Amino acid sequence: MRRYRRVAFLLLAPSLLLIALFVYGFIAWTGWLSLTNQNDLFVPHVRFVGLSNYLRLFHHPRFLIDLKNTLTFSLIFIPGSLVLGLVGALLLNTGVRAEGLFRTVFLMPMALSFIVTGVAWRWLMNPTSGLNLIFDALGLGFLKSGWYTDPAVGIKAVALAAVWQLSGYTMALYLAGLRAIPQVFYEAAEVDGASPWQAFRYITLPLLTPVTLSAVIVLGHISLKIFDLVIAIAGISGGPAFSSDVPALFMFVTTFQANRFAQGAAISIVLLVLVSFLVIPYLYWSLRREVAE
Amino acid sequence: MRRRPFFWLLVYLALSLLAVFYLVPIYVLVVNALKDYREVSVEAMWRLPAHLSLASFAKAWFGDPASGMTGLGQNFLNSVKLVVPAVILSVLLGSINGYVLAQWRFRGSETLFFLLLFGMFIPYQSILIPLVKVLMALHLYGTIPGLVLTHVVYGIPITTLIFRNYYAQIPRELVDAAQIDGAAVLGVYRHVILPLSAPGTVVAVIWQFTQIWNDFLFGVVITNKPDVQPITVALNNLAGSFIVEWNVQMAGALLAALPTLLVYVFMGRYFIRGLLAGSVKG
Repeated sequence: MRRYRRVAFLLLAPSLLLIALFVYGFIAWTGWLSLTNQNDLFVPHVRFVGLSNYLRLFHHPRFLIDLKNTLTFSLIFIPGSLVLGLVGALLLNTGVRAEGLFRTVFLMPMALSFIVTGVAWRWLMNPTSGLNLIFDALGLGFLKSGWYTDPAVGIKAVALAAVWQLSGYTMALYLAGLRAIPQVFYEAAEVDGASPWQAFRYITLPLLTPVTLSAVIVLGHISLKIFDLVIAIAGISGGPAFSSDVPALFMFVTTFQANRFAQGAAISIVLLVLVSFLVIPYLYWSLRREVAE
Repeated sequence: MRRRPFFWLLVYLALSLLAVFYLVPIYVLVVNALKDYREVSVEAMWRLPAHLSLASFAKAWFGDPASGMTGLGQNFLNSVKLVVPAVILSVLLGSINGYVLAQWRFRGSETLFFLLLFGMFIPYQSILIPLVKVLMALHLYGTIPGLVLTHVVYGIPITTLIFRNYYAQIPRELVDAAQIDGAAVLGVYRHVILPLSAPGTVVAVIWQFTQIWNDFLFGVVITNKPDVQPITVALNNLAGSFIVEWNVQMAGALLAALPTLLVYVFMGRYFIRGLLAGSVKG
């Protein structure tokens, strides 16, 4: 038996080595880099400079805008995807005919790349075309917007496209969650004279809480990492006055265009720490729950 | 519960509104991509084409040497050359890992699984600089094999997760019985696990295919020359260019979307299973 387990471990070894090197080794490397002065293509004397790259970051106007944009993005993207996902899942779960067809349509954006989504939404949100034409035709001119070209809107326009693309994800999660609720709960509630609203409020919603938690974590970490969609809609400059800029884009430009490697490394470590706060407790919790089952 | 017709009317109305929301961007892409350049104008974005034309698709694919615009055809092929080996390798690794972690748990295997899974959630920015340096040292920077290696490595967590959850459903008795018949770890894998692997493999293949085809970050960082770039990177360049008409951009977007869209439409069930697996435990 023990010999078998040794063989099993050997089978795992190549992947473990790759992950140890490409994930943990590289993170450590990036972490070290962020503490040095390698802010040019050729730095003759690489020195340890402590936290100065981080300190500079937290006084950098662009980075502060980025953090604010990330927050704005999350506040639209997360609730938007949750509400749309839940509404869609509840509708699909009523037992309608053609459920499969509607589900296929609702989840389709998930199969597209952010760049494709970006091309479509960039034109939909073109100030002289797209949605604004529709608003004009419907007499809803007050809804017209400069979208991503208006510094006052910026990242909110990107968040709208992100809701379009990823609300199907929460819908799939909620639909699976709804299907897992035993029908007898609802039958018992009906016998007790509960209204459909009461059944939803006291049975469905509480039983969906773990699903909501999973969705918030996954959507939250997507908010922190969002990059492709910003580039595809607002361009690599992050829109007028950085109104659509995000940390991941700032990192990309700092590192690969300005060659300020240490500064870019610092941004990415800040991102990693933020993502870890969300993901580590979540992973711990879901693996625990699995063992308990 | 019996429901009144009015209820169903509301449900279908709401479903249709949602369907419009999800279809509008696709409608805009398709309608404008099918227009001739003479018909395209910002004011007429919503109008159906008067006559169908595939000229935009041809231009998006072949480019236009006269104006110095390169087409997406080469990049489409690059993506194919990237996706095929990357999917095969990462699914193979995931299958072996998933088998070990589901059927041969050892002391510390849960911790290792946790450390593996964390790799799925990291912002890749935090590994990009070392990645570029290592790929340069291996002479793989700027090449499709370099991208393949990258996608295989960072695909290990999700494929392992998909296969581990799938193999965990295989009863331990089957494995034990095979062992009594004299099969060792690899024998059990070959004779018991592999023949049962088809559904899990389909889920993993579809998921990895979609992820790698749609990736932009690794592509844009690792491939600097246009002739090796995957289609997402080339599409983004095309869309950011002022010399390319927007009907051509939209045709390009559809070309880039076509493979994953087809897989989704025909095998959506498996795609959604991969989606749910990605949330660790739905």
